[in-house]
Amino acid sequence: MKKMNSLAILTLGFSVMLTACGGSNGNSASSGTASPAAASSSSSGEALPVIKLATQTALSGANAEMGIDVKNGVELAVEENVERFKSLGFDLQLLSLDDKSDAMTGTTNAKSLVNDKDVLVELGNIYSSVLFAAMPIYEEANLPVISAATTNPGLSREGWKTFHRVSGTDDTQGPDAAQFIFDEGIKDIFIVASSDDYGRGLADEFRKKADELGMDVLGNEQVDPQETDFNTISTRIVASGAKAVFFGGFYAQGGQFLKQLSDKKYSGMFVSGDGINDNGFLETARAENVGNVYFASVVGDLLNDPEGQVWAAKYRAAFGKDPGAFGVYAYDSALIALSSIEKAISDNGGGKPTREQVNDIISLTSGFEGILSKVTFDEKGDNVDATNFIKTFKSGTYPAEQIKAME
Amino acid sequence: MSGLSELSILPQVLIDGLTLGFIYAVVAVGYTMVYGILKLVNFAHGEIFMIGAFAGTEVLLALQRFGIVDGVNPYVSLLIAILIASLLSGFIGVGIEYAAYRPIRGVPTLILFITAIGLSFILQDLVRMVVGLAKGTYLVNGVELFSGSFAIGGSAVITEKAIVIIAATLIIMIGMELFVKKSKWGIAIRAVSQDPSTASLMRININKVIALTFFVGSAIGGATGVLYAQYYSTITPYIGFLLGMKALTAAILGGIGNIRGAMLGGVLLGLLESLGTAYIGPLTGGAIGAEYKDVFAFSVLILVLLFKPAGLLGKAVKEKV
Repeated sequence: MKKMNSLAILTLGFSVMLTACGGSNGNSASSGTASPAAASSSSSGEALPVIKLATQTALSGANAEMGIDVKNGVELAVEENVERFKSLGFDLQLLSLDDKSDAMTGTTNAKSLVNDKDVLVELGNIYSSVLFAAMPIYEEANLPVISAATTNPGLSREGWKTFHRVSGTDDTQGPDAAQFIFDEGIKDIFIVASSDDYGRGLADEFRKKADELGMDVLGNEQVDPQETDFNTISTRIVASGAKAVFFGGFYAQGGQFLKQLSDKKYSGMFVSGDGINDNGFLETARAENVGNVYFASVVGDLLNDPEGQVWAAKYRAAFGKDPGAFGVYAYDSALIALSSIEKAISDNGGGKPTREQVNDIISLTSGFEGILSKVTFDEKGDNVDATNFIKTFKSGTYPAEQIKAME
Repeated sequence: MSGLSELSILPQVLIDGLTLGFIYAVVAVGYTMVYGILKLVNFAHGEIFMIGAFAGTEVLLALQRFGIVDGVNPYVSLLIAILIASLLSGFIGVGIEYAAYRPIRGVPTLILFITAIGLSFILQDLVRMVVGLAKGTYLVNGVELFSGSFAIGGSAVITEKAIVIIAATLIIMIGMELFVKKSKWGIAIRAVSQDPSTASLMRININKVIALTFFVGSAIGGATGVLYAQYYSTITPYIGFLLGMKALTAAILGGIGNIRGAMLGGVLLGLLESLGTAYIGPLTGGAIGAEYKDVFAFSVLILVLLFKPAGLLGKAVKEKV
C-alpha cells in the first residue's frame, strides 16, 4: 500500500512540474523559426539590425489547425526573403505568438508585440474577436496590420489607419451565401450563430440579405461559442421543415452542430462561411454527413491555379502537410509587408524604417498580385479586389470544390 | 412558429433532456458521495469524468486501428472501453485523495476547496498538453459505435446512442443504490458519512472507506465520460468543467450528500436545459434566445433552493451536541 501511495504522490508532483513547464511554453514565441535567420547573421561576425514580422494567431486550441496554417504561410515568406534582407543589411525574423482564440491573451500579446521595437508589421490573425481587442493597441503604436482572414466588416469601420486586410468581408460573404441559397430555389431557412464577433457578424449580414430576398427565416438562434450540445436546436430545425441551415461560426463547433443535425436525420443544406473551411470540419462532422455543405469563401481555388500548385508544393516541402485555406493569403500579405518594408528602407536611404513609414507604404498598395490574391487597399484598409466564392464539401474531402464565383 | 409544431417536438425534447439528465445524474452522484463522507466538494470530479471520456475514446480508437471495433458487437467494444476507463478514473480518484486531500484533512474546508479547484485546472491542462502534443489541436473525434435510430410516434426519433446511455446510466444508478443500501462496504460508507468517530469505534477503517468512496465515485464518473463521448462524438479537455459545475449544482439541488437526490437533481437539470433550448426562443418571440438556456435552468434551481435550502430530498441535519 505504502509504495503505491508514494507513487501516486510522485506522479502528481511530476505532472504539476510538467504542467508548469507546458504552461510557460504556451505563450512564448516560437523561437525555433527565428533561429535559422539568427544563426546566419551571427556567422557574419556582426549583429545586423533586426526587422521582425510578427504573427498572432491561434496556435493551440480547437481551431489551431487554421491558425498554424496561417503562421506557416508567413513563415514561408520570411524564409524565402531572409537572404534578400541580409543583402540590404537587415536580419529578417519571424516572431509568432499564440492568441489561443482568446481576446484577453490577444491583448496581452499585442502589448508585448508593440514593445518589441524590431516588429514592423503584424500579420496573421484569424479570429475577428481577438483582432478587435488588439487593434487599439496596434493603432496606438502605429504598427501596421495586414490581416489574411478576419472578415468581420466592423474591423474596417473603426477608422483605424493601421488596419488592412487582403480577405473579403462578411458583409459580402453573408449576403453571397443568402443569394446562393435563394438561387438554389430554397426559401425556408434556419439561422444559428455563434455569439462571437465573427459568427454573429456573418449571421447578421446573412439575415439582412435573406430578409431582403423575402426568404422565410423559421428560426434565428445564438449559441455560446463553447456550446457543444445542439440536440434540441437540431430537433427544432428538423421540426420546422427548414430546407437550409445557415451557421455562423468556426469549424470545431460547426462540425459538432452538423454531426448532431445529421443524427436527427436532417437532410437539407448546411451553409456557412470560411469559418468551416478546414479539414477539421470534415473530421468532426464525419465525412458521410457533409454532402450537402456549402459555404461562402473569400479563399480562391489554390490547387486549380498553376501558380497555386507550385506554391502548395513549396508549402508541403517546408511543413510536411497540405496547406489549409488561408495559408496562401497569409503568404501574400507577408509579401506585401516585405515589399513595403523594402521600399521604406530604400526611401530611408538604407536605414531601418519606422512603423509609420511602413504603414504609409502598405496603405498605398494597389494592383498587387500575389499567388492567389489581387490586392488594392481602400482608405479603410479593405481589399477592393477581393472576390467571394461558393464552395462545397460534396466530395467529402478537403479542400472543398469551388462551384461559383460571386461578383 | 405554430403552436402545433412546438408541441410536436416535446417528446423528442424530453428524450434529449432525459439522456443529458442521466449523464448529469451519475456525475452528480460522484460529487454527492464524496461530499457526504468528507464534507468536501471534489471540484476535480468533472475532470475525472473528462479523463474517463478521453481514456474510453483512446481505447476505442486503438481497438478500431486493430480492426476489433468492426469485428465484434459494438456493445463489447463499449464494455471494454467503459471497464478500462472506469478503472483508470477510479485509480486516479484514489490517487488524488491520497496525494492531495488526505495530507490536509482537518484543515478548514476552504483550503480543501481551493486545492480541489487547483487540481481541476492541473488535470485540464495536463490532458490538453498530452493530447496537444500528439495531435496539434486538443479536439478529439471519437469512434461512433451506435448509429441506429428508431422512430417513436409523431416526429420523435430516439437514437440507439440515447438508449444505450439511458440504459447504462440506469444500470449504474441502480447498482449504486443496491451497493449503498445492501452491501457491507456500502453500509460502511453511509456510516462514515453519518458519524465518522462512532464508525471508527465500530472498527470501520475510515481511510479504506474514504478511498473506496473516491474509487467508486470516480469510476462511475469515468464510465459516464465514455458514454458522453459516445453521445457527442467529439471531446475536449474542457468538457468536464462546465458539466461538473452543472452536476454539482444538480447534486446540491437534490440535497447534497443524498444519492437519490443527486440523481433526481441531475435528471431535472437535463430536462430544464432541453426544455429551455426548445421553448425560450419561440415563447419570447425571439427576444431571448436559446443561448440563455443555462440562465433559465439555473434560475429554476435557485428558485427551488430559495424555498427548500436543503435541496429537494435533503434533510436539515441536526447537530448532535
